[in-house]
Amino acid sequence: MNGGDTAGRLVRPFTLTGGRTRPDRGDFTLITMVIAVDPPPDGSTRLQPEHGRILRLCAEPIVVAELATRLDLPVSVVSIMLCDLLQAGRIVVQPPRPVSRTTDLELLQKVREGLDRL
Amino acid sequence: MTGSDATAQGVTAPDTVKILIAGGFGVGKTTMVGSVSEIVPLRTEEPLTMAGLGVDDLNGIEEKRATTVALDFGRITISQDLVLYLFGTPGQQRFWFMWNDLAIGALGAVVLVDVRRPESSFAAIDFFERRRIPFVIGVNGFHGLHPYAPEEIREALALPDGAQVLLCDARERGSCREVLTALIDQLIATTARANGHPARTS
Repeated sequence: MNGGDTAGRLVRPFTLTGGRTRPDRGDFTLITMVIAVDPPPDGSTRLQPEHGRILRLCAEPIVVAELATRLDLPVSVVSIMLCDLLQAGRIVVQPPRPVSRTTDLELLQKVREGLDRL
Repeated sequence: MTGSDATAQGVTAPDTVKILIAGGFGVGKTTMVGSVSEIVPLRTEEPLTMAGLGVDDLNGIEEKRATTVALDFGRITISQDLVLYLFGTPGQQRFWFMWNDLAIGALGAVVLVDVRRPESSFAAIDFFERRRIPFVIGVNGFHGLHPYAPEEIREALALPDGAQVLLCDARERGSCREVLTALIDQLIATTARANGHPARTS
């Protein structure tokens, strides 16, 4: 990979976001689940093709990091586009399980059991 | 979040949690992720903005300007309603701005160490110690060989007494599982102590 290609790959994704480099809201972590709203709400506006791709990929629940990989786009770019979709009511999100280091024994036991089955 | 929240909309998706696999460049992070993941490790690449780099660090990357930082991750479905993600985190200190994001909501971390160059994992150990994120040390033996005992490694790394040091082989699923299990057991013990009883609660 030469330097020119790298620069091109990096600059271009942000044209999908209208030049924005940060999402308006902090809803999207790497492991936030994203699910398309089906059927779409009434009066939905037309979408960019990339938004349409995202909606197809999150017809089933998918986390942001996997979505970014499937789209071959940086997480930062995908988060901004997800923000658009969230505001348009086209997706719902489920934040990661909150981790409390002192209370959630049940969660840890579940993970332990899951690893045992590995 | 009202209206945009999945549960509010009656949509069910599994809960997600994550564990970080940290350590220096080439220490076997992606190998470990791949050994336990149910999918071939996936990669995302993030553009590196200059805002994320310390001024001092710019000297080091003049020659080979790092424009992206790669993040490899894998997945273990624990149950129908719980999925564990493993993120291999880039080792160098100049990526700490990214680690902050990665560390949020992490159950804990595995710091992989290569005994031939343990110093490459110092930054990761430092990071988790400072932020009080629970971690265990996995000593990834080159070709599965372990010339040093865990105690020697603990001393060489100047680890606190409580820190677990496990000899492992990042290529072996069983070995990686043991390291992850040791981390979870440590978390369970800490949690049980904090709750004042060692028994299971719900």
